[in-house]
Amino acid sequence: MIKRLSIFLLLLAHTVSMSFVFASEEMHVPMQPDWSFQGPLGKFDRAELQRGYQVYTEVCSSCHSMDLVSYRNLVQEGGPEFSEKQAKAMAAMFEVEAGPDADGEMFMRPAILSDKFVSPWKNEQEGRISNGGAYPPDLSVMVKARSGGADYVYSLLLGYEDEVPEGIILDDGVYYNVYAKNQRIAMPQVIYEDGVEYTDGTAATEVQMAKDVTAFLAWSAEPKLEERKRIGFKVIVYLIILSFLLYFTNKRIWRDTSH
Amino acid sequence: MSDDYEPQSAVAKWIDKRLPIITLFSGHLMQFPTPKNLNYWWTFGGILTFCLITQIITGLVLAMHYIADANLAFASVEHIMRDVNYGWLLRYIHANGASMFFIAVYLHMARSLFYGSYKEPRELIWIIGVFIFLLMIATAFMGYVLPWGQMSFWGATVITNLFSAVPFFGEAITNWLWGDYSVSGALLTRFFTLHYLMPFLIFGLVILHIWALHVPGNNNPEGIDVVKGQDTVPFHPHYVVKDVLALVVFMIVFAGLVFFSPNILGHSDNYIQANPLQTPEHIVPEWYFLPFYAILRAIPDKLGGVIAMVSAIAILAFIPWLDTSKVRSSKYRPLYRQFYWLLIVDFILLGYLGSQSATGIYLILGRLATLYYFLHFILVMPLIGFIEKPKPLPKSISEPVLTKEEQLTKSGQMA
Repeated sequence: MIKRLSIFLLLLAHTVSMSFVFASEEMHVPMQPDWSFQGPLGKFDRAELQRGYQVYTEVCSSCHSMDLVSYRNLVQEGGPEFSEKQAKAMAAMFEVEAGPDADGEMFMRPAILSDKFVSPWKNEQEGRISNGGAYPPDLSVMVKARSGGADYVYSLLLGYEDEVPEGIILDDGVYYNVYAKNQRIAMPQVIYEDGVEYTDGTAATEVQMAKDVTAFLAWSAEPKLEERKRIGFKVIVYLIILSFLLYFTNKRIWRDTSH
Repeated sequence: MSDDYEPQSAVAKWIDKRLPIITLFSGHLMQFPTPKNLNYWWTFGGILTFCLITQIITGLVLAMHYIADANLAFASVEHIMRDVNYGWLLRYIHANGASMFFIAVYLHMARSLFYGSYKEPRELIWIIGVFIFLLMIATAFMGYVLPWGQMSFWGATVITNLFSAVPFFGEAITNWLWGDYSVSGALLTRFFTLHYLMPFLIFGLVILHIWALHVPGNNNPEGIDVVKGQDTVPFHPHYVVKDVLALVVFMIVFAGLVFFSPNILGHSDNYIQANPLQTPEHIVPEWYFLPFYAILRAIPDKLGGVIAMVSAIAILAFIPWLDTSKVRSSKYRPLYRQFYWLLIVDFILLGYLGSQSATGIYLILGRLATLYYFLHFILVMPLIGFIEKPKPLPKSISEPVLTKEEQLTKSGQMA
């Protein structure tokens, strides 16, 4: 009786609180496109990641750094898997400060595979002053750093609307975005149709670009995802077989014991 | 128990004569007489030992690559995830291992509470267990601070600030803990040191826990004393295999988390590097602390909240004397059993409330649930021992329950 009553109370508490959550939440539920990397056997789509890198480099990287990712990662298994030659050429498009040389002077040299992605800013302060005081966050682990993950990032990129609903007053440097918290965000819309010209000939629609770059960010946040799922599958199969063997061994051992 | 071990080989004889370690292990891990009716709720002791060893081994390797510095910690964890061979695996095992550890310890404690394993003559086993639990809480809390994400930083800020509630010395104590005037790199390095030390203290207590257990032997689902030989089986192979079977099933769940949703129990804010200038909207502790967090917030006064939260754990150590019933197993305690389940639901409810903001209906429910948590131990446990009429106990775990006549005489005595 008490048991049933308490379970009922628990459910009641849950229902009441859930209704509170939806009433007070200032966020919209993000869109949920099909990701190739979701599910227990999901993998990244190489072409998608390669296009995503292009979108990041040509669009996002003018404001957002990716400090935790190196150019060599672009070659690694389970990622965009560019050829080494391609990745070297991509790195060489950026310059990094090196030195000091024999004369004690710092100098600029083209980036190499072992360098981290070159940041658009010399330091956080420069990033801040160039963006009205709001520092564009580093994107390396962005997909894991937001609740909703890839769905949220994707939706945010596509959530800009020209028509701002009545009652929403935007300050200077703040934009209307359906999926942002309180529908306000300091980042302007950056994804526009044909914003990039894909090297593989894919039509650069807004949806395509948002999906590609989000997939790329999902990879950069979790570069060992494919290896993890592959090993995990084997581990689980192994453990299940082992548990069956142990189950029968255990049964056999206890056969003659009444208990 | 170890009387019948005779070393066979010359080497074994030589060693055992000088250090009877083979006799010790043979007695405690092989022949140890164990009640033959233990159910699967008794397998969590072995599972917990596995958890502790797993945490120590993975933690050891992580510590080889981790850098305890406020500016480098976050990036060093990502370095482990990206560049260290199988670093992602080690870190996900370690992070999810903490959750699995707490799942197992809560089930282990719930089993002990249900079957009265804390009662005479096993009080000390239980009390040592409470200290292990306390150390686990401290270790897990400090471990969560090490990645130096937003939740690490702000969780540490909230919890260390609790010490400022101490009258007169509050500020001095918090500054001493911080090694600074706020949470900073000084705190990170000392938490790292302590986080490395504490598992070994836990390990020491676990040895005492098992030592104390091996004096009276295991309790069992019937809660009655066993007759050695008739009611017991040797630990090996009966319980070694049964424990390993349970462990492998436990590992399937563990592997499911590690390999397929390694971040589901964590908070996304902890993938944002600690920023002392930006407070997250909701600061929530790890799920396994939520019931105690709810108790902390249920009291409108800071010092009162801290006292309540500490008491919620401390009161556990007094359970052997708060429970006045002589009957161990709740199987034979029809009235207490109901309140036992109410406590379990109350604890889960507290955990849920701890994850919500402490306002409106949550706060009211939180206060009621906190009230019941304490009433259960202070009032319900002592009282029911006097008013409850337990069901007749079986004579032994091998025999069926008593005959009708015996039941009548026994209930006559009780009344």
